[in-house]
Amino acid sequence: MDVMPKWAEVILVPLISLLLAAFLSALIILAIGEDPIAAAKLMFEGAVGSVRGWGYTLYYATNFMFTGLAVSVAFHARMFNIGGEGQAVLGGLGVALVCLYVPWPHWSIALVAATAMAAAFGAFWAAIPAYLQAKRGSHIVITTIMFNYIAAAVLIYLLNEFLKPAGAADPSSARFAAHLDLPTLNSVLNGMGIKASKDDSVNVTFLIAIASCVAVWVLMWKTRLGYEIRAFGHSGSAARYAGINPTKIIMVSMIISGALAGMMGINVVMGEAERLVLNSVEGAGFIGIAVALMGRNHPFGVFLAAILFGFLYQGGAELDFWTSIPRELIVVIQALVILFTGALDHMVRMPLERVFLAFRKGGV
Amino acid sequence: MDYMTLLQVLDTTVRLAIPLLLACLAGLFSERAGIFDIGLEGKMLAAAFLSAAVAATSGSVWVGLLAGIGASVALSLIHGLASITFRGNQLISGVAINFLAAGMTVLIAQSWFQQGGRTPSLTGAARFNPLTLPFADSISEVPVIGPAYSELISGHALVVYIAFAIVPLSWWVLYRTRFGLRLRAVGENPAAVDTAGISVVGLRYAAVIICGVLCGIAGAYLSTALQAGFIKDMSAGRGFIALAALIFAKWRPWHAMYACLLFGLFQALELRPDIIERLIGIRVQSQLLSALPYIMTVVILAGLGGKAIPPRAGGEPYVKER
Repeated sequence: MDVMPKWAEVILVPLISLLLAAFLSALIILAIGEDPIAAAKLMFEGAVGSVRGWGYTLYYATNFMFTGLAVSVAFHARMFNIGGEGQAVLGGLGVALVCLYVPWPHWSIALVAATAMAAAFGAFWAAIPAYLQAKRGSHIVITTIMFNYIAAAVLIYLLNEFLKPAGAADPSSARFAAHLDLPTLNSVLNGMGIKASKDDSVNVTFLIAIASCVAVWVLMWKTRLGYEIRAFGHSGSAARYAGINPTKIIMVSMIISGALAGMMGINVVMGEAERLVLNSVEGAGFIGIAVALMGRNHPFGVFLAAILFGFLYQGGAELDFWTSIPRELIVVIQALVILFTGALDHMVRMPLERVFLAFRKGGV
Repeated sequence: MDYMTLLQVLDTTVRLAIPLLLACLAGLFSERAGIFDIGLEGKMLAAAFLSAAVAATSGSVWVGLLAGIGASVALSLIHGLASITFRGNQLISGVAINFLAAGMTVLIAQSWFQQGGRTPSLTGAARFNPLTLPFADSISEVPVIGPAYSELISGHALVVYIAFAIVPLSWWVLYRTRFGLRLRAVGENPAAVDTAGISVVGLRYAAVIICGVLCGIAGAYLSTALQAGFIKDMSAGRGFIALAALIFAKWRPWHAMYACLLFGLFQALELRPDIIERLIGIRVQSQLLSALPYIMTVVILAGLGGKAIPPRAGGEPYVKER
């Protein structure tokens, strides 16, 4: 049945998709009159050529790990959660409420509470579409898209009416107390005597993201629940026949997915902005789709893909700053990755399968 | 609220409902043929950009419109290639198309015009200008009917009238022609259509191309009639509101028009919060109005107030039995 060996499935297919996306992106850069090689060099230098660059690359990667895991957990149950964006908005709201209204003695205790709130708020926002899918058959893709927009409206409303300090013009909350500032890689390095910048970039949330990758791996491949989720994703009817409750699987997988997306809020709200702002999520919920597809729905793949997208994001910001290539180039690359690894998967796969079949016949 | 204010609000409603209506009908053709399309937003955006860009350089809005339709159809064909030919996931393909449009429009706009992702402002023949219908001026003094005719019915861009004409046309094509019957059948039971010796692939490509053309007109309307030029992300979620309207209308053309007019009214009221306050005495948050189409769609999808049943073969790639 399996035409390709596993390594080809896991490494070769995503790699070819990525190369196709990179090749097309290079053509686009050429078409707008810039030099793709110079652009790539600039992206490398900006993203991984300095401590500051690495800081932001890993900061973005933290976001994408959460949203990528979120999409992949839902994918395993054959649910397409496009609502990562809205769930992350709600997660950020939870973080802000905890940090603004509770006088925490230390950042570490606040972080635990913020993580719990972010996960709970994100899970809540995913649970409603999940319930509607499980009980009323409402298409999860449409409802989660609608919930993204509803979340945006809720955030604007709350910021304008309640969270904005009196007299402030821009819709953002007050700053959190200074001692809730999460320790960053830069501050640790400065403490060790290595000169780094003072930016609020990659912080302790990165470790939570890695822990989440491990936790998702354990959940999906080492527990009964994970097995049930994957079985349901492969065949809903077979799973039902085996006594797996579809409502439970849909609800649980979407709640985990929403919680993971919501946890992105810790990184952007508590780690970077240190207050709740309007556009903190900045499309990271959608990049999760590209990350999950690229990472083949495996936590380790998601980890690698998230770092790749972190690199692209930081590199893209540098391009925007130094050349006339706007940072929307990254959106295009992201689109191409989603297209080739997701929608045009068969196009990449079919010729490869033919090659492997030819080899096999030749060998035997 | 006096009569003139009412007419003004309804006038804005019509103007804001048109892009929703065109995109909604676009989605109607695609989804009725069994191809889910969440890339309406991206197609509209691409068309808005290219039509404004070409209209600005050529000076003719008609050339711009054609270019916009071309851009939209090109994206439709990518969607068709992914979801019909290579039997990929239609939803993922739609997501990719949205991002492709969002990125490419700014990238190309920056490269061509260096105005921060905009096109130059359009004037004169590079825009769809308001048409004054016959007698609009002469009967505007007639009470009640006069202002309604000259304010509300007259004075829109040509595309507005075309869009309203497409509603009965769509109904006729879908329910009164052989092509429409087959198109609907291919969305419900493609195997039956295939058995009858009709090409499933051909019909679905036709539907996807019609969808591209209509989205193209919607996008061109945005940048050359509703506004004078392209700005970054100017479709602003309209593709998704159109999708919501499509579900709200339960995939029927006339109902699509009512749904789009309703959602257009919400958008118009969002611009005039003072009117609602005077009307019902409480201040309604503009955020509530902007979220209302989405909330209503979720309610409809939840099956409260009539169940919304999509075409049965929607989202499923068709594989010929071997």
